[in-house]
Amino acid sequence: MTGAAIRPSPRLPAPFFLAAPATLLFIGLILLPLALTAVLSFNVYDYSSGVQNRYTTANYLTVLQDPYYLAIFWRTLRLALLTTVITVLLGTPEAYILTRMGKPWRSIFLLVIIGPLLVSVVVRTFGWSMLLGHDGLVNHALAMLRLEPVQLLYTETAIVIALVHIMLPFMVIPVWTALQKLDPTVEAAALSLGASRFTALRRIVFPQATLGILSGSLIVFGLSASAFAIPGLLGGRRLKMAATVVYDEYLIELNWPLGAAIAIIVLLANLAIMLAYNRMVERQAKRRLG
Amino acid sequence: MGFLHLERVSKLYGEFAAVRDFDLEIEQGEFISLLGPSGCGKTTTLQMIAGLVAPTNGRITLDGRDITREKPARRGLGVVFQSYALFPHMTVAQNVAFGLEMRKIAKAERDRQVAEILSLVQLTTLADRYPREMSGGQRQRVAIARALVIKPPVLLLDEPLSNLDAKLREEMQFELRRIQRVVGITTIMVTHDQAEALSISDRVVVMEGGRITQVDHPYSLYEHPKNNFISSFVGKSNFLAARAVKETAGVSLLVDNTDLKIPATGNYPGGELCLSVRPEKIRLTDPAGGMLRGSVSSRYFLGNQWLLSVATPAGEISVSVANLGAPPPSEGKVTGLAWNIEECRILAAEQEGILQS
Ligand SMILES: Nc1ncnc2c1ncn2[C@@H]1O[C@H](COP(=O)(O)OP(=O)(O)OP(=O)(O)O)[C@@H](O)[C@H]1O
Ligand SMILES: [Mg+2]
Repeated sequence: MTGAAIRPSPRLPAPFFLAAPATLLFIGLILLPLALTAVLSFNVYDYSSGVQNRYTTANYLTVLQDPYYLAIFWRTLRLALLTTVITVLLGTPEAYILTRMGKPWRSIFLLVIIGPLLVSVVVRTFGWSMLLGHDGLVNHALAMLRLEPVQLLYTETAIVIALVHIMLPFMVIPVWTALQKLDPTVEAAALSLGASRFTALRRIVFPQATLGILSGSLIVFGLSASAFAIPGLLGGRRLKMAATVVYDEYLIELNWPLGAAIAIIVLLANLAIMLAYNRMVERQAKRRLG
Repeated sequence: MGFLHLERVSKLYGEFAAVRDFDLEIEQGEFISLLGPSGCGKTTTLQMIAGLVAPTNGRITLDGRDITREKPARRGLGVVFQSYALFPHMTVAQNVAFGLEMRKIAKAERDRQVAEILSLVQLTTLADRYPREMSGGQRQRVAIARALVIKPPVLLLDEPLSNLDAKLREEMQFELRRIQRVVGITTIMVTHDQAEALSISDRVVVMEGGRITQVDHPYSLYEHPKNNFISSFVGKSNFLAARAVKETAGVSLLVDNTDLKIPATGNYPGGELCLSVRPEKIRLTDPAGGMLRGSVSSRYFLGNQWLLSVATPAGEISVSVANLGAPPPSEGKVTGLAWNIEECRILAAEQEGILQS
């Protein structure tokens, strides 16, 4: 058995056998449903008799021409971008501070950062809806300071706050990994050449973490653009995002083909944005950082 | 008063003294090497001068100005790190320009100075490369150019050549000395390679366990090491245990287990002594005609010389013989050993300080 494995045997497609379970899983759970969704999105839907066995592009035309859906796509894109930018601005310094921490503190704070991932998104979102609600902690605090109460729940602000909270670990961890690989004397070199601490960070340390920031941004953007629980609970009936509108089409309107068409459009748009972004940043970073 | 002056500078990490009472005066334009085994505090000393490590005690003055507590950015010294510490996301030209940019020098002037320094280190054609696209020797020259371009009063080099292979290293030693001469900059270089320290410095500072043990010109350091440690660390040395004996004419040193007597002057109260002789100072003679007699226990050919180890009653003695004419006696052969009496140093056994030189 062992002998056979060591002897070079070009005919035995061992790599294929080994890759088979994962491939089957991938085909069964991702490609197949995706293909079915794509097919469904071209089906004709009739309000009185349901999904028909005829095909049309009308679903796509409806979605792409209706200002209602376009507004939802635009909001999804805007909030996902905003969340990504805020997590970069918060997560990068956070990751840097983490690399500079001493022995016991680093592990403790890493746990603090990762800890929230162990709690369900739904539970954390409920937490935010209690904090931000009309009668929530934030408004009580404002009242104590004799300030006007603010409407936070069911606003875009609430969605972004909660998204940032949940996405932060996905930014901190890749950036932290990238920063850990840096040579600390490079920063010292910048200081010796006359840079202030802040300039050294801005010009020397963070640019070297570009690839970490890039992968963090891709994860955060992708997850935010397809977030469901947060806009569902904090956006209310009015403020819909891509994932919630798909849910509504399927389960409330029962117009599955239209829901499928929206899902496919969101998927393609997400894919196009992420690939374009990846290519743009990676091309620059690759040559410099290898 | 020297150009750069370190007065009783110490660095303590808790109880542990990485550097203790470091006293040194350096003249303008001098090339100084800090030489010592790993962990003796060379990097710490250099980083205290650069301002990257704060001294626990002592004072550092540069050109009469006290810089002990000054920020590294304000000191404006050129530092070349052991790993070069180039900015990986910037091209060679951008790396070199960084220090000038921090000094708010206009773009045109900056470009001119960068071009000038790159031609000094012979890297003009590689100005647009990124560090990872260059060889070790080229990276090192970028690091030197980046440190020199800000016209620092002092250049600090931390083992700049340790990552290079032997041949490139020899070339770069030459190159480094050439650049230093052209610019005329005061330079302090850390190294643990004694040959490197001897070949390019004006003065060598030998350190051991955080302290300076000797500061001297390379030739006198080699010829007159102050103690056993230095004579074995700087070059190689044979140590022969000996004791002082009174004679009618004065004092002689009797090498243990032999009847070899070496006339000496001076006073040796302790009695227990140690003679040190460098391998290249020893001649091979016929078995009867030498000062010591022994059989060759190993023989290595090193190209320009032979290295022999000879077992004698006084212990194993290494001898290096220039490769001239016939090969020296092979293993197992008996040979005599001799040297000029003035070529050997007399050191107190297991104790620092020189008794006679
Ligand atoms: N931050 C620190 N905390 C505690 N001890 C330290 C610290 N930095 C250095 N040391 C100790 O100080 C001593 C001197 O260190 P240093 O880096 O100056 O050695 P070195 O002479 O440069 O050695 P090498 O040739 O290996 O580079 C070492 O024993 C080291 O363990
Ligand atoms: Mg060192």
